[in-house]
Amino acid sequence: MTEILSAPLVVEFPFTRSLGPVQSAFLTGLRERTVLGVRTDDGRVLVPPVEYDPVTANELRSLLRVAPTGTVTTWAWNPAPRRDQPLGTPFAWVLVRLDGADTALLHALDAPGPDAVHTGMRVRIRWAATRTGAITDIACFEPYDGEPGTTEPVPHGGEFTDSVTGITVPARLDYVHTPGRAQSAYLKALEDHRTVGERCPACRKVYVPPRGACPTCGIATAEQVEVGPRGTVTTFCIVNIKAKNLDIDVPYVYAHIALDGADLALHGRIAGIPYDQVRMGLRVEPVWAEGARHPDHYRPTGEPDAGYDTYKELV
Amino acid sequence: MRDVAIVAFAQSPHRRRTDELSEVDLLMPVLHQVLETTGLKANEIGFTCSGSADYLAGRAFSFTMALDGVGAHPPISESHVEMDGAWALYEAWVKIMTGEADTALVYAYGKSSPGQVRDVLTRQLDPYYLAPLWPDSLALAALQAQALLDAGHADRAALTAIATRSRTDAAANPYAQLTGDVPAGGLLVHPLRTGDCPPIGDGAAAVILAAGDTARALCARPAWIRGIDHRIEAHALGVRDLTDSPSTRLAARHAGAFERPVDTAELHAPFTSQEVILRTALDLGDDVRVNPSGGALAANPIMAAGLIRLGEAAARIHRGASVRALAHATSGPCLQQNLVAVLEGESAHG
Repeated sequence: MTEILSAPLVVEFPFTRSLGPVQSAFLTGLRERTVLGVRTDDGRVLVPPVEYDPVTANELRSLLRVAPTGTVTTWAWNPAPRRDQPLGTPFAWVLVRLDGADTALLHALDAPGPDAVHTGMRVRIRWAATRTGAITDIACFEPYDGEPGTTEPVPHGGEFTDSVTGITVPARLDYVHTPGRAQSAYLKALEDHRTVGERCPACRKVYVPPRGACPTCGIATAEQVEVGPRGTVTTFCIVNIKAKNLDIDVPYVYAHIALDGADLALHGRIAGIPYDQVRMGLRVEPVWAEGARHPDHYRPTGEPDAGYDTYKELV
Repeated sequence: MRDVAIVAFAQSPHRRRTDELSEVDLLMPVLHQVLETTGLKANEIGFTCSGSADYLAGRAFSFTMALDGVGAHPPISESHVEMDGAWALYEAWVKIMTGEADTALVYAYGKSSPGQVRDVLTRQLDPYYLAPLWPDSLALAALQAQALLDAGHADRAALTAIATRSRTDAAANPYAQLTGDVPAGGLLVHPLRTGDCPPIGDGAAAVILAAGDTARALCARPAWIRGIDHRIEAHALGVRDLTDSPSTRLAARHAGAFERPVDTAELHAPFTSQEVILRTALDLGDDVRVNPSGGALAANPIMAAGLIRLGEAAARIHRGASVRALAHATSGPCLQQNLVAVLEGESAHG
């Protein structure tokens, strides 16, 4: 039984989105401590606003200003805040119907404990100190026992100086990736500068890198087979555009290489030969850099070229 | 119109983690099992459709790796939905109904163990107003549960009874992840206790669909899909009445669920509170056997749990335990999207 490898895998991306006229007005409004809703065809005021009526699908553009105070319509106590949630201390998630609105907005409520929260309680917005035009410009809600805000929404043109037209929402998710048995064995073998594939028990083809299944037969592969180290270039291309952060001079050759004993070609860079002399059938071998986990590139072995018939099934 | 039936169903054991298995390792046994049940060879399948989500694995196009398990070469007719496999089944049903195929293989899998599923699911939320706040899946379900309690549609005892029944029933399900007596547990996100929430796990499932006489040839008692429909509600949570599920009701009406009573209902209700909502929306009486498999409270492999509801309902018909069964699948926060199918055995067809 091969040891199962695992490694941290972080997926992190800035999610950049443009805003339509309604969302632009709403998020710019938050920056200016102004909450806008939109009136639907049946006269309801939606907060947060949307650009199309959820019932009729008609375009909505009639913006109105509502109060920064409201009523909790439902809540949930969160005893253990997770990374990136609005508050770092235990808080309540709340849906809040702001005074003047007919629908509710989701956000956090800063309260000392679940006993201090109930449906129907009055709350008000606590604004973030630094506001950029995002839902997080509302830092959270806080309990409020003052006078109700304006209940009649006030028409608003939605115009601000320097409107926010886009948002960038950073997102990060953390995983522990485990590649499974077949790829673990492949990666372990690479540590010894060996390449192992797996043979399909039905069609007898050797797949490299192995993924644990034969894509033709749809059955598990298990028999390990060492392939290479030498191989044959089955096809190639000449790369003329330098990739960002890639420390390789162009032009260079990127090739499919059928390692001896393998029934599937894998990818690799060809070096040690002028780019315009690389050819199908060229015999190559891997070159390992110090401490590397994969061959850095492949170079010619000096053997005579392989005959086309020996690799034509792998092109 | 063609008659289309589920003729085979298989699922993996559902487990908290399966580090030793890649997605295709997880999937292959269930694919082989449904093929073996019908005697079909992979290259005899007319259409293949799958459901899964890249965000669970944290890798783009992760479903392409799983395709190795179905024997995708020589080329097959194949499609994928980035949703629960129940929606892949819907696509396959359409493919057969339109005469494009006579048989279909539908599969779904989810490995939740590599990531934090509560965080991962926040990425399916509206990216402007919700996703930046990272409200996790338990938090959103808890908001719905509290609304239900406030409305008086359920009380704590009713929710606990649902959890208890589900996990007691799951004791007879060899694939379930949680079985037997599970204590109500502590509050995870008030008002949801551990027992109100689904386990997090890895699992896979597959079904085979077939039309008309092909179905009869492949299965002694096919589970005929008498109707199937799916509906979605307003995107914004604050626009919806979280205590109701009009999309489920509408889908059920279009699927013909209210034409005659059903004896069994497999409901995709990952949270106890959601079963209350679905029972009401579907007008299910106390005489209907709900989630005899234990339901999603006993095993909830994300992206496969809905397909499993269809498979469990069909399997009950296959073995003669049900004459007319309802299967429901959901996707998105707080029962946002809902699919309902009505399945019948041959004798009920009249």
